[in-house]
Amino acid sequence: MYPPRFEYSAPRSLEEALDLLAEVGDEGRVLAGGQSLLPMMKLRLAAPAHLVDINRLPGLGSITDTNGEISIGALVRHADVATDPTVAAHAPLLAAAAPWIADPLVRNRGTLCGSVAHCDPEGDWNSLMLAVGATVVATSREGTRTIPIADFVVDFFTNALRPGEMVTEVRVPKAGPRTGGAYLKLERKIGDYATVGVATHLRLDESGRIAQAGIALTSVAPKNLKVTEAEELLVGNEPSDELFAEAAEVAARTCQPTSDVRGPAEYKRAVVRTYTERGLRRALAEARGEA
Amino acid sequence: MQITVTVNGTTYTSDVEPRRLLVDYIRNDLGLTGTHIGCDTTSCGACTLIMDGKPVKSCTILAVQADGSEIRTVEGLKRDGQLHPIQKAFKEHHGLQCGFCTPGMMMVGSALIEQNPRPSEEEVRWAISGNICRCTGYQNIVAAIQAAGRELAERG
Repeated sequence: MYPPRFEYSAPRSLEEALDLLAEVGDEGRVLAGGQSLLPMMKLRLAAPAHLVDINRLPGLGSITDTNGEISIGALVRHADVATDPTVAAHAPLLAAAAPWIADPLVRNRGTLCGSVAHCDPEGDWNSLMLAVGATVVATSREGTRTIPIADFVVDFFTNALRPGEMVTEVRVPKAGPRTGGAYLKLERKIGDYATVGVATHLRLDESGRIAQAGIALTSVAPKNLKVTEAEELLVGNEPSDELFAEAAEVAARTCQPTSDVRGPAEYKRAVVRTYTERGLRRALAEARGEA
Repeated sequence: MQITVTVNGTTYTSDVEPRRLLVDYIRNDLGLTGTHIGCDTTSCGACTLIMDGKPVKSCTILAVQADGSEIRTVEGLKRDGQLHPIQKAFKEHHGLQCGFCTPGMMMVGSALIEQNPRPSEEEVRWAISGNICRCTGYQNIVAAIQAAGRELAERG
């Protein structure tokens, strides 16, 4: 299978890449790992006229610890996230989730930022980013702007980038004390998309109450779904099994699964309920240092 | 577009269309047909080769992206007329039946044991989880990779 014909550029500097993106506008696409884009092009689901390959740009392949955040550059591969010591120390939820992305060979090539930008509702990273409250850094010739992930994920395969912009990094808040999280993914086999994925994240205050809560769902809505109502239900309260069950009920009610080869909608809804409850319990145990 | 790629130690300079897939470049332009095309959708791993030290699926990489890189395919495993330990182990442990997935399995396996010559069964199964075999039930593939690792470690 061949992708439709396209123009290809492999710029050597960010400036050159941004000039090209400005020039090609809507007709252009950034090529990073290509593990989602190339299959879509081969299946003729996408047909960009111009690919701007960013793999030769310097400085985008690093993970850095800056101002209370972990910055993940546009060329950081999933495999790097799984093994990086900074991620392990300050964003353990990401390190634990990374081995659940696709398969080992895809993880050697695919990038976290690419997956975030792709906005496939069956992609795992955006649920994690929504749960931890990540920020996307978008760069164009006009400059740089930061976009909260909840605003970045607009809809089905639709992000908030403007023509001429590219994602240069994703920033994740450092976990800090009394923080815990989980990503629970049901998949038929390794490498398949999630049947259901649930990301949960909790931060407790010094008295043990929930100071911050994040819940987001994969593969059960037209986009990765942040369950704000359940998050609000949790914040300010003492954690308990009853409270978690209530939040899980809200998540199950809010999601919009469809029946497909991976299972009937009601099954997926039941998995959302179970995984949300289970994920919150795991997040709590980790936040209390019991995990 | 002109690209220069080093495959199994030989440097090739070729003119390719941007949409040429790396696997087709390797098979059709360079004639190295040991790398197979299975699903063509990043699922099966038959097209696995080592690019700049990492196993990747060559049906989902453009040949132009490989410009300047170093690639090893199954043809590059043999050294001085001697089979690589992974090739010997697949033969001895009956790690293949039809042989279609074998080049990909051996490339992943060789990359694993070079990093970790004594992988546990779980580590092997995890490493080959992006490669599909429809004949063996994986048991003998796992045994072969572990045996090859042992041989590599003993050789020092």
